[in-house]
Amino acid sequence: MDPTALLLSRLQFAFTISFHIIFPAFTIGLAAWLTVLEAMHQYSGKPVYRTLFEFWLKIFGVAFGMGVVSGVVMAFQFGTNWSVLSKMSGPIQGPLLSYETFTAFMLEAGFFGILIFGRPRVPPWFYLFSTAMVALGTTLSAFWIMVNNSWMQVPTGYVLQNGQFVPDDWGQIIFNRVVWVRFPHMLLASYLTGAFCVAATGAWYLLRRTYRAEAHVMLRMGLALAAMVLPVQLFIGHLVGDYVHDYQPAKFAAIEARWHDEQPASEVLIAIPDSSTESNKYAISIPVLGSIIGSMSFTSKEVGLTSFASQDRPPVAVPFFAFRIMVGCGFVMLGLAWFGSWLGLKHRLERSRLLLWGIFLSFPLPWIAILTGWYTAEVGRQPWTVYGVLRTADAVTPFLTASAAMTSLILFVAVYAFIFSFGTYYIYRLLRAGPAGLGGKPLDVPVPNRPMSLADRMPAARSHLEAGE
Amino acid sequence: MVMYWVALLAISILIYLLLDGFDLGVGMLFGVAGDEAKRNAMLGTVAPVWDGNETWLIVTGVIMWGSFPVVYAMVMSAFYIPVVVMLLGLILRGVAFEFRGKAFRSRWIWDVSFVAGSFAASFMQGAMVGALVEGLQFSNGDYTGGTLGWLTAFSALCGIGLCFGYALLGACWLVRKSDGPVRDDARRQIPPLAIGVLVFLVAVFAYALAEHLPILQRWTDRPYLFVFPAIGAGAAAVLAKSILRHDDYWPFHMVAMIFVAAFATLALSFWPYMIPFVVTIDEAAAPHASLAFMFWGAGLFVFPLMLLYVAVGYRVFRGKANPAADHY
Ligand code: HDD
Ligand code: HEM
Ligand code: HEM
Repeated sequence: MDPTALLLSRLQFAFTISFHIIFPAFTIGLAAWLTVLEAMHQYSGKPVYRTLFEFWLKIFGVAFGMGVVSGVVMAFQFGTNWSVLSKMSGPIQGPLLSYETFTAFMLEAGFFGILIFGRPRVPPWFYLFSTAMVALGTTLSAFWIMVNNSWMQVPTGYVLQNGQFVPDDWGQIIFNRVVWVRFPHMLLASYLTGAFCVAATGAWYLLRRTYRAEAHVMLRMGLALAAMVLPVQLFIGHLVGDYVHDYQPAKFAAIEARWHDEQPASEVLIAIPDSSTESNKYAISIPVLGSIIGSMSFTSKEVGLTSFASQDRPPVAVPFFAFRIMVGCGFVMLGLAWFGSWLGLKHRLERSRLLLWGIFLSFPLPWIAILTGWYTAEVGRQPWTVYGVLRTADAVTPFLTASAAMTSLILFVAVYAFIFSFGTYYIYRLLRAGPAGLGGKPLDVPVPNRPMSLADRMPAARSHLEAGE
Repeated sequence: MVMYWVALLAISILIYLLLDGFDLGVGMLFGVAGDEAKRNAMLGTVAPVWDGNETWLIVTGVIMWGSFPVVYAMVMSAFYIPVVVMLLGLILRGVAFEFRGKAFRSRWIWDVSFVAGSFAASFMQGAMVGALVEGLQFSNGDYTGGTLGWLTAFSALCGIGLCFGYALLGACWLVRKSDGPVRDDARRQIPPLAIGVLVFLVAVFAYALAEHLPILQRWTDRPYLFVFPAIGAGAAAVLAKSILRHDDYWPFHMVAMIFVAAFATLALSFWPYMIPFVVTIDEAAAPHASLAFMFWGAGLFVFPLMLLYVAVGYRVFRGKANPAADHY
């Protein structure tokens, strides 16, 4: 079968947004952490915080740049590939994305320049303020985009008029219970990403026996944050599952690989779902647990996929496995964070190299959880783009040709692969060089309280200020 | 309400043209910069602000989507290839800012992407405007011109014209923000670039006459529109004088003025259409509930704040850029 413009557009959306989310997930958490570091440095004056700040700022800069350029693509892709969707939902999604741009992107972009280049030019309080504004911007951005996507998952507060979704209750659109569980779920996921990257870097340095002072701070702060956030995240995950159960029963059934109505329902722990026979192979399941998870009852009836017309069913394998991978990552991270923090409290962390290795190697886990979480949500929502109202097949640009879509997809894959490989390589090099080797240049002074490049540029900047103004 | 969003859309496009215009222009001139020191200095003049500048493109896009969803859907989908190429160009030049300073042996790759990306984005923007002026084929709200329908001799001419225009703006920005050899180079580049822009304007006009583009009718109907080209001509005269006087400050402002005049001319000759002769402003407007929601928060309060951030940003980095101080 030749790929259609529809299929290619879906692949392209999935590919570009998966690429995009890698960076926000990291920068949202990192921006918040940088704000904390700068505040702690200004408050306590300890040089280690400043060293860490300057070090992570470089990495932040690279990741942020890639997040921005890949995000611009997202904002236009609705119009290029999903013109029917944009025409119909423009009155709702457009204003939401406008709020995101006005309140969040502009705030980030405005203060990002100051964050990266402005330290010599502004007073310390204003620098701290700029850092906080970048962090606030990333958080607001996550909020608005979650409102946007939640409206597509559970459309409310609108009427359908002349083929457009006309908003009639903005309060309902923004302040509904779906947004208020999904936004925290996403936000905490981003904090976990930041926390695990920082902790993993700390563990790596301890394993290599370099930068002990910085490594301790990183490991301690990262693990402590993760240890506190994880239980909350798992609980919110449960609430997210509740909304799916209430509003998107077909997605819920797919996540559970439940083919037929059951009362009381069992929980399939693991299996190979087979849609041709509408049953599971090699299933391991626990009786009654399905009802407990779905409805908090021992007797409830839970809906199976065969209760839905076959053209209204989502694919099963992707949501089923993706969900399990996400939850699995969550529990592995919980174990690492709690065990690590506990050993840290007893001052034995540095000696248990096995655990250090585990923490070091765990840095991809939050990303895997985030991507698989999104695959659960987005693939599980099929065949709908706006759940229950607009099918994906009807949302695509009707006159888009397969060859145009193929061309753009190939170009995106090629360009993204190219910049991704260089980007990760540069970040790896920065991480490897460590806090003292900013920019990859080795330093001849032992751990300075102010990084070299900054020390270099201070006098120049001052003379500039005197001469220039 | 509708008029408010038309105005805001126009303002955002204009701000985008001026701000990203100069940094795309610097990107193109980067290609002819002789050595590493010059390149660094050139980059230093735009590095702290490019992200904010590019955000105005998104501002434009989302205002269009929120207030005129039909136009957003029609234009973006009709311009599939040019939008994608523009985005790829913006990606390549955007990452170059961050990557260049971290690369050693591979630096040349980012230099090439920076220049090529700037060219691709500028050319495509000009070509899209050109195609809109010339007229795209729609029937029942669906684009019927084919994947390459936007590409004509006229739109290609407009693409090249915008490259010249942005490069001119970029050169004036460099004159204003830098010192020494970079400024001197830029000053030498201004006259040929300005002549290039002039030739382009004449060519466009001749083409429009020869092809009887419907848009010309606007001009015979509304002679007062000639005010704007007149302003542009005045600005061009001041530009020439300020170049001769070796002034650093005025050229940028004069070229900006020419851009404003050109933009106003174009916008007023479109009026009251958003896509010439296909969709009018009123037909395209989103329902009142959407426009009002955007107005009472984003439009009324956040928009002025956005202008404030921009102002703060430019104020912090005011004066001649100092590459040694600002490069990290
Ligand atoms: C505001 C809207 C929005 C947001 C925040 C996201 N998506 Fe999405 N996604 C869409 C709006 C959308 C869409 C435009 O509606 C698509 C295209 C076709 C469709 O049904 O939904 C889509 C499709 C889509 C698909 C393809 C599903 C399929 O066609 O089978 C995947 C895998 C993802 N998305 C993944 C993601 C990821 C990893 C996101 C994390 C950032 C994400 N989505 C956020
Ligand atoms: C389809 C969905 C999305 C669209 C249309 C979109 C759009 C954009 C755009 C246009 C930018 C560039 C902004 C700038 O210039 O500063 C951007 C960056 C960003 N996006 Fe998205 N985005 C999407 C999904 C998401 C999601 C799901 C999140 C987070 C939960 C997110 C968080 C961010 C953040 C934090 C940035 C700033 C850049 C960075 O930190 O790397 N976006 N996005
Ligand atoms: C017990 C643990 C967890 C449960 C029960 C859970 C539950 C869920 C469910 C049901 C969804 C689908 C929501 C939808 O369809 O809209 C989801 C999505 C998601 N999950 Fe989890 N989750 C858990 C752990 C985690 C962890 C540890 C992370 C990340 C570090 C994470 C990140 C995400 C993300 C990014 C999404 C997509 C965004 C969204 O739809 O809200 N989850 N989660």
